[in-house]
Amino acid sequence: MPPIPQHIGPIDIVPLIPYLSIAIILGFILTIVPGLIWIERVVISLMQDRIGPNRVGPRGLLQTIADGVKLFFKEDIEPAAVDKRIYYLAPVLTMIPALAAGATIPFASITIKMDDGAIRTLPMIVGNVSIGLLYVLALASLQVYGIVLAGWSSNNKYSLLGGLRSAAQIISYELAMSLALMTGILMSGSVNLVEVVQRQSGGFWNWNVAQAYGLGFIATCIYLVAMIAETNRAPFDLPEAESELIAGFHTEYSSMKFAMFFMGEYASMLAVSGIATTLWFGGWLSPIPHNLLPMHNLLLDYIPGGIWFLFKMYVFFFGYVWLRATLPRLRYDALMNIGWKRMLPLSLVVLFCTAVWATFRMPEEVRPESGADRPIANRQLPSTSPGGGLRSGSIGIAE
Amino acid sequence: MNWALILFWTFALISVGSALLVVANTNPVRSALFLVVNFFVLAVFYFTLGAEFIGAVQIIVYAGAIMVLFLFVIMLLNLGAPEALKERGKLGPAPAIVMALVFLSLIGGVGAINSGLRPVSPRAAAFMQTGGTPEKIGASLFDPNLPWLFPFEITSFLLLIGVVGAIILAKRKI
Repeated sequence: MPPIPQHIGPIDIVPLIPYLSIAIILGFILTIVPGLIWIERVVISLMQDRIGPNRVGPRGLLQTIADGVKLFFKEDIEPAAVDKRIYYLAPVLTMIPALAAGATIPFASITIKMDDGAIRTLPMIVGNVSIGLLYVLALASLQVYGIVLAGWSSNNKYSLLGGLRSAAQIISYELAMSLALMTGILMSGSVNLVEVVQRQSGGFWNWNVAQAYGLGFIATCIYLVAMIAETNRAPFDLPEAESELIAGFHTEYSSMKFAMFFMGEYASMLAVSGIATTLWFGGWLSPIPHNLLPMHNLLLDYIPGGIWFLFKMYVFFFGYVWLRATLPRLRYDALMNIGWKRMLPLSLVVLFCTAVWATFRMPEEVRPESGADRPIANRQLPSTSPGGGLRSGSIGIAE
Repeated sequence: MNWALILFWTFALISVGSALLVVANTNPVRSALFLVVNFFVLAVFYFTLGAEFIGAVQIIVYAGAIMVLFLFVIMLLNLGAPEALKERGKLGPAPAIVMALVFLSLIGGVGAINSGLRPVSPRAAAFMQTGGTPEKIGASLFDPNLPWLFPFEITSFLLLIGVVGAIILAKRKI
């Protein structure tokens, strides 16, 4: 990307980056969901040898928009004897954590030509805080409240069963997921997600997924399975198993409240995919270092980091859809067996082995300072958060 | 009046209000939810004090895991109508007075420390300077020159005993 000057007219860009990032994240998530639903429907129909949506717009592209309009104008049914406040609060509670989780994920890089002539690559991130990954983990763990409360407040036994299943499932898989994330933290040596990405620079063989003689790959697989279970998607969609529970926790929801559950689910899918991209697959970095071949510079320099991030995230989304079209739903005891008896011990072993590996690896490997291809040459990043309570500048062990 | 103070008082009011509502509510699920709100505000206080790690862990452990289990159990137990949960036995004012005294002395103690009547121990003061990023906390927990390595390891051992004990109690046949 050709560098952008620091000042466009009288406006300084650098302190605006967090606000730009907020706008981009919210705008992106809220507008991309219809597109994702369309992709899902088309891909599933192709996999199942059906035609799929093809009436509204070219290749049914406007079908989800039509569905959205329908949901807006549908009657908002409120069943008898619901716990009203919690019933209305629940859809909001599924949306908010999913939207807020994007705040510490660096989703792109921006090259800026500073006023003094230096060219700097800054990450696009809302809050470059030292606890980046923990923040996302905290919000992911709050996701369950919306579903549980929706199930409880609906005054419907199927909803309640769906909510309880969801709580049990999310608690069980959160353990394996957290342990896998800890493995990733051990590999990159930081909880700050910008540093996590920076330390994976220099080609896809430096990504965490390829680290530690296959341990990174196992941890990635554990994380990916747990992330599907955390977002209640097939084959782990027991909370809304339609063959036994009608529609599970959102049986009693109609109109826009139902749409909010839908949006929340897709937003949380995007959030966990973003974490997978950042922690295991090098975030916004391109898989091939820029200086590998002279030809690459022409091509790769014009692909901004955000495109790589989007591409990787879409691969995960495609994986979600693929699994939904391929695998049948798990039985409840099988779900618990996999979570507690297979994935948890496996992730503990992987964590232990990675700790041993991290202790004995060469010190140079800790921080690949290969120089030229590092997207951010300057280790002391300027603070990119809008001067809040968090000391966002202190991101590293550097000081 | 600066922004930090406005933020503090807003969250302080939310914190106290939600804590009162935890006790005052007759509906157990709502009580649990207000406790979640309280934990959340506590995390905000940690953040504003610069203890980011503790704040995040507060949300992950308490709001994200323990309170979900609480809710789970409350829903499974199906406690029935909220009216049935109203106090059965009257305790009278004596325990309330004792608890109020304990509470007031706590507030007094904290106030005394803050106003400089009682000095903070130099170690604690040094730690407050270093800040609460994960790196700093990890480095001080495992620093052999600081007194926290042994208690930390012993605590993890204690937790392990707790886990094993829970399994043995819950499962007759292993």
